[in-house]
Amino acid sequence: MHAYKKITPYLFLLPAILLLTVFFFLPFFQTIIYSFQDYSNDIYTPVFGTLENYKTLYHSPVFIKSLINTFYFLILTTPFLVVFPLFLAILINQKIRGKTLYKLIIYLPVVVSIVVVAIAFKWLYAPNGLLNYFMEILNLPAISWLSSPKVAMISVALVTVFKGIGYYMMIYLASLMSVPKELYEAAEIDGANEFQKHLTVTIPHLMPTIALVSTISAISALKVFVEIYVMTKGGPLDSTKTIVYYIYERAFENLDIGLASAACVVLLVVVMIFSVINILCFERKKYGL
Amino acid sequence: MKHIKGFLIHIILITVCILCLLPFLWLTSTALKGAGENIFAYPPVFIPEDFTFENFRLVLILVPIVGYALNSFIVAFFTVILNLIFSALAAYPLARMNFGGKNLVFFGILATIMVPFQAIMLPIYIITLKLNLTDSYSNFNGYLGLILPFAVNAFGIFLLRQAFLAIPKELEESAVIDGCNSLQIFFKVLLPLIKPSLAVLAIFTFIGSWGEFLWPSIILTKDALYTLPVGINDLQGAFSANYRLIAAGSMVSIIPIVVFFLALQKYFIQGSTEGAVKG
Repeated sequence: MHAYKKITPYLFLLPAILLLTVFFFLPFFQTIIYSFQDYSNDIYTPVFGTLENYKTLYHSPVFIKSLINTFYFLILTTPFLVVFPLFLAILINQKIRGKTLYKLIIYLPVVVSIVVVAIAFKWLYAPNGLLNYFMEILNLPAISWLSSPKVAMISVALVTVFKGIGYYMMIYLASLMSVPKELYEAAEIDGANEFQKHLTVTIPHLMPTIALVSTISAISALKVFVEIYVMTKGGPLDSTKTIVYYIYERAFENLDIGLASAACVVLLVVVMIFSVINILCFERKKYGL
Repeated sequence: MKHIKGFLIHIILITVCILCLLPFLWLTSTALKGAGENIFAYPPVFIPEDFTFENFRLVLILVPIVGYALNSFIVAFFTVILNLIFSALAAYPLARMNFGGKNLVFFGILATIMVPFQAIMLPIYIITLKLNLTDSYSNFNGYLGLILPFAVNAFGIFLLRQAFLAIPKELEESAVIDGCNSLQIFFKVLLPLIKPSLAVLAIFTFIGSWGEFLWPSIILTKDALYTLPVGINDLQGAFSANYRLIAAGSMVSIIPIVVFFLALQKYFIQGSTEGAVKG
C-alpha cells in the first residue's frame, strides 16, 4: 500500500510524459543533433560534429531573405494585432446594444480554417477581383496583390491580421472586465474626456494584457506558414518565403535533413529570444527591472 | 452628445463586421453563380443573376467533402478525448501531490510551450514513419499518426492544473476520511469540479485539431484520409480553372465548424480568455 502511494503521482503522469517524450523531447534533441550532421556524402551514414549546415545557411541568400521576410511579416502584423483589437474591445465594452452579435461576427474568422480564409482572400486579390474594383472606385491604381514582390507580403499579412483580430479582441475584453469602475468615475470627476479616460485608466490597467498579446502575436508571426503555402508558395521571387516555409521546402521537398534542422534550430532560438525580449520590454515594471 | 457617441460606435462596429464577413460573402456569391454568368464581370455582381445551387451539387459529387469532414471529425474527436484524459491525469499530481522530481517534470512540461511544433516536425515525421503510424500502412495507423502527436499538450496540462489548484483542500481531505483512494478522489471528487475547464480545453483542442493543416498535409499519402483543410486546399489544384467549384467546396467545408461555434458560443467567449492568459 505504501509503495503504491509512492508511485501514484508517476502513474498519473506516465501517459503524458510518454507521449511528450516520443513526440516532443526526442524530436527536440534529434533536431539539434541533425543540425550538426553532414549528410552530403551519404544520407545513411552522416558525419557528426560539423558546422557545415550552419555555414551553408549563413551563406545562403535565400535563407537570409527568409529570415528578413519573417521579421518583415512580424512588423506588418503584430502592431496591428495589438492595437486594432484593443480599439474594438474598448468600443464593444461600452454600453451598447447588440454586443453579442458584434462579438460573434468579429470572432467568426478565428474559427474558420485558415485554408478557407486564405482561399477567400486569394479570390478577393484576383487581378480583376473585388479589391481592385474597390481601388478603382477610390480612384486608385489596381494592385498586383499577390504577384508583385513588393506587395505580396503585405497582402499575406492582411490575411493574418484579418484572421487574428477576433481572438485578441476577446483577450482584451476579458481584461477590460477587471478594470475597476471607480477609476473611470474618478477620472470623470477630474474632468477627463472619453479619450483621456482610456488613455489614463484603460491602457495602463491593460499593460500586462497588451504585453501578452504582443508576445503571442509576435511568436505566431514567426511561425507563419499556411497562409503562404495556400496563397503564394513563398513567391513571387521568394518575397513571401519565411523561415518555416524555408524549413518545409528543405525538409519535405529537398529532403535535406541537415540544412532543414539547422534552420529549425535558428527558428527555435529566435522564438525563445522573443519571449525574453517581450518580458524585458513590456513587463519591466512587473519585475522591477 | 451621448447619442452621437453611440451612433459612431455602431457605425464603426457595423463596418468592421461587414469587413469580417465580406470574404465569405463574396465566396458564397461566386459559388451561387451559374455557368452562364461571368464571375469576373466588371463591375462585380454581388447578387447572382444566374442563381444556382449547381456548383454545390457538383463539388459534392466530384470531391468526397463529406468524407473529409468525417476524417476531420474522427481526428478532432479522439484528439480531444485523449487530451482531456492525459492532461487531467498529469495535471492532478502537479497540482496536488509532492513527489521527487516534481520541479523537473513541471519545468520540462513548461519548456514544451516555448518550442514551436514547426521547429521539431521533421524528427516527429521520421519517428511517426518508423512507428508505422501512416496511412500507407493502414487507415487505422493513419488516424493514429494524425492524432498521437497532438494527444497531449502542455497548455492543457497547465489549464487543468490551475483548475485543480482552485479546489479547496478540505474537499479532498474529507474524501480521504471517507476512505477514498487517489483514483476515486480524482474521478469522483475532483474531475466533476473542473468540468468548466475541461469544456474549455475540449473546445479549443477541437478547433485546433479541426483547422490543423501542416501536419496532415505532411503525413498523409492517400486522399481517403484527407482532413478538410487538406482536401479543401487540394480543390485549388483540381479546379484551378473553376473558381465557382472552389468557392462552393470552401463554403460547404466551414458549415460544421460554424454550427459548432454558434452552438457553443458561450464557451468560446469564456475560454478564449482563459486559454490565452494561461498559455
